[in-house]
Amino acid sequence: MTAGLLLTQTLNGVQLGVLLFLLSAGLTLVFGIMNFVNLTHGSLYMMGAYFAAAAYNASDSFLVAGLVGIPATIVLGLLVERIALSTLYTRDHLDQVLATFGLILFFNEVVRIVWGPSSIYMNVPSTLSGTIDLFGLPYPAYRFAIIGVGLVVALALYLLIHRSRIGMLIRASASNPAMAGALGVNIKLLNALVFGLGAGLAGLAGLMAGPIMSVQPGMGEPILILTLVVIVTGGIGSIRGAFYGALMVGIVDTMGRAFLPTLLREVFERSIAQAAGPAIASMLIYLLMASVLALRPQGLFPVKYG
Amino acid sequence: MIENLVKHFGGLLATDHLSLHAEPGEIHAIIGPNGAGKTTLIHQLSGELMPDAGRILFDGHDITREPTHRRALAGLGRSYQITSVFAEFTALENVVLAVQAHAGHSFRFWRQALSQPRLVEPALAALAQVGLATNANAAVATMAHGERRQLEIAMALAGRPKLLLLDEPMAGMSPHESAAIVALLATLKGKHTIVLVEHDMDAVFALADRITVLVYGRPIATGTASEIQANPEVRTAYLGEGEDTL
Amino acid sequence: MVKASPRALAAVAILAILALVPLLTAIIGQPFYLTIVARIMIFGLAALGLNLILGYGGMVSFGHAMYLGIGAYAVAILTFHGISSGWVHLAVALAIGVTVAILVGSVCLRTSGMAFIMITLAFAQMFFFLAVSLKQYGGDDGLSIPARSDFGFVDLGNATLLYYTIYVVLLATLHGAWHLIHSRFGMVLRGCKSNERRMISLGVPALRYKLTAYVISAQVCVIAGLLLANLTRFCSPAYMQWQVSGELIVMAVLGGMGTLLGPVAGAATLLLIEEVLSSLNLGLPWGIDAFIRDHWMAPLGLFIVLVVLTLKQGVYGHLAAARSGSA
Repeated sequence: MTAGLLLTQTLNGVQLGVLLFLLSAGLTLVFGIMNFVNLTHGSLYMMGAYFAAAAYNASDSFLVAGLVGIPATIVLGLLVERIALSTLYTRDHLDQVLATFGLILFFNEVVRIVWGPSSIYMNVPSTLSGTIDLFGLPYPAYRFAIIGVGLVVALALYLLIHRSRIGMLIRASASNPAMAGALGVNIKLLNALVFGLGAGLAGLAGLMAGPIMSVQPGMGEPILILTLVVIVTGGIGSIRGAFYGALMVGIVDTMGRAFLPTLLREVFERSIAQAAGPAIASMLIYLLMASVLALRPQGLFPVKYG
Repeated sequence: MIENLVKHFGGLLATDHLSLHAEPGEIHAIIGPNGAGKTTLIHQLSGELMPDAGRILFDGHDITREPTHRRALAGLGRSYQITSVFAEFTALENVVLAVQAHAGHSFRFWRQALSQPRLVEPALAALAQVGLATNANAAVATMAHGERRQLEIAMALAGRPKLLLLDEPMAGMSPHESAAIVALLATLKGKHTIVLVEHDMDAVFALADRITVLVYGRPIATGTASEIQANPEVRTAYLGEGEDTL
Repeated sequence: MVKASPRALAAVAILAILALVPLLTAIIGQPFYLTIVARIMIFGLAALGLNLILGYGGMVSFGHAMYLGIGAYAVAILTFHGISSGWVHLAVALAIGVTVAILVGSVCLRTSGMAFIMITLAFAQMFFFLAVSLKQYGGDDGLSIPARSDFGFVDLGNATLLYYTIYVVLLATLHGAWHLIHSRFGMVLRGCKSNERRMISLGVPALRYKLTAYVISAQVCVIAGLLLANLTRFCSPAYMQWQVSGELIVMAVLGGMGTLLGPVAGAATLLLIEEVLSSLNLGLPWGIDAFIRDHWMAPLGLFIVLVVLTLKQGVYGHLAAARSGSA
């Protein structure tokens, strides 16, 4: 295990974390403000990836892919919200889970119908296809760009939520929706705004993930479940929790998968290590989540509700 | 008995060094303007809130740090200001649940609960005590507001409590319904110790042996009904303000 | 179980039909249907188990498929190592099932509401990945099971006997569940769903009862998993996918969460819809038949959404009069 490998894997972990953050941020706001269990978020991420891939393969321009993909995802998200989901805001969580579950099945099948069951490919944009030099270590430029974009978005979100008037309204609604409504905040508009923001972030995540992950039916759900782990660990409704939670999950998962089998081989006999290594590595983040919950059931950075 | 209870909510002092003593068998009423901290006090007595300082002694034991369910099992019954019953069940089932809570553990998986006299008879007795004997098998969903308040009290009684904490039992009731509750509480006097939080002054003066007046979390006077009515501080702080019933 | 209400009649009818299926399939000479109905009963059993905490306890577990997996993998792994005794299969499955349920339940029940849903989903996913990583037991491809569990007095290799074994297990579970729901334990559980805060203020430490209910409900799914492995002679991580957990919830809600037989009816409905759609041959124009056969998940997804938006009590629950509480 070299320092170079360590650095590479750490960066990979940060890159995964940043992608997870883009998805978690939008979702945690929806959970926290609208008290709505939205499982279709994974589908929006998937649609974002598909829209971007289709646009990219048609135009050969990453920029066009972004300009088409992200707004398309936002529009789709808002349509789904208006048509199907808004009637569920007042229903109990079970109904929300079921309805969004049905939508997941629907979207996965639609994607299969339009684009076929196998993965479609999206190439890394040529300007970013090389490697950059980090302390003498070559690291894929594209992944580094993802990290960069993700951190910029995180900063922008922070400024939006904590330093702008809209952000204040969002935080007030997260803390006490009824009161915010009574004070004259247009809750419907705010909900649409939050939902749209989440959809946009999901679309961005889909766009960026396209070249490095397979764009295929059902790609949304494994990421969605990771996102849920992030949100639960970080605290529902908390952007800060989403940020730190996402980084933690991303780094622990990546490093765990990379190094745990090797580590185990140092300590245990080969056959045990070979069997247990990948198994435990895949369970690591869930064990992390369980530990956090055992100590702090509301997550690391819980939002105080009024 | 409560000693020197203090409770902060951020910058707000909700309970300000409150000391209170309830004699066995008496009805001790707590009154005060809105926001005086009455409900906070009830929550601290029942265990839903932990005080920041001070002690609560019940039957000689310090229950300050005890969780809610243990206090209930020790003999502290409670009714809620906003009716909190089991809406999907019948009246009888509601009270059976209350009886069951005090009848040992419920890890019994086979015999039908409603077929066990040990559970049903005390439940029927409690319902009779509050005047709901004829409605025993009525679904709560079909019951009137006043009847549900009666059910609340039946559930609190079913546990054979030593102390009853009643949080605005008269809330939202018509004069006719209130009179029924007042009559009921009068029959309980002497058999149970009752701490009563209420806004309905007629009821309070009719029932209470002693009254404590709470303003901004502090007790400003404690005494019998006539003493309180005569107390000038109380008059200005509370009675002088006009409206006495919701 | 007293008056001849429409629901009671429907219940008797369903159970009677299930008992007669082997006879009917023998008559029409289509043993294939025996497998379909056996599968319906197994998932009905699993949905029934889930509903103990979902409908009666108010706990929305999105991870119950993992217990199906535990039951199935117990059979698969033990058979792989040469242990074919059904009793050993059962004992090991339940031992693991109880341990996992206690551990997972203790963590999950520290939360409630949407956090509970998400955490149960996360843990099920964890077990899914665990199963996938067990390369020596087939990993992603799964493991085929050469012989059925040997319970000594009944030969599960005979399709009809296997069918009736499943039927008897289902009946026994229904009977046990009925007693459970009406017992003291059941009252506490239902009370916790109705108003947990009140339950606690009455003197009941709610958590231990909810955990016990969770463990019991999980074991029913473990048994269903054991039966499933025996039916299909196959076991794979796919039994633990999150979609399966979702389908179990759909079955319970579709059939009616407020009743014991509802989930079984829901399982029948959902699985039959899937069967019908995936083998559709009505002779519709423009290749609609083929389209639906290939892509039946899309209309199914929409169907689920529609059911949620319209039917609040479920197909079977609709037969119940609008009364409170007891089955």
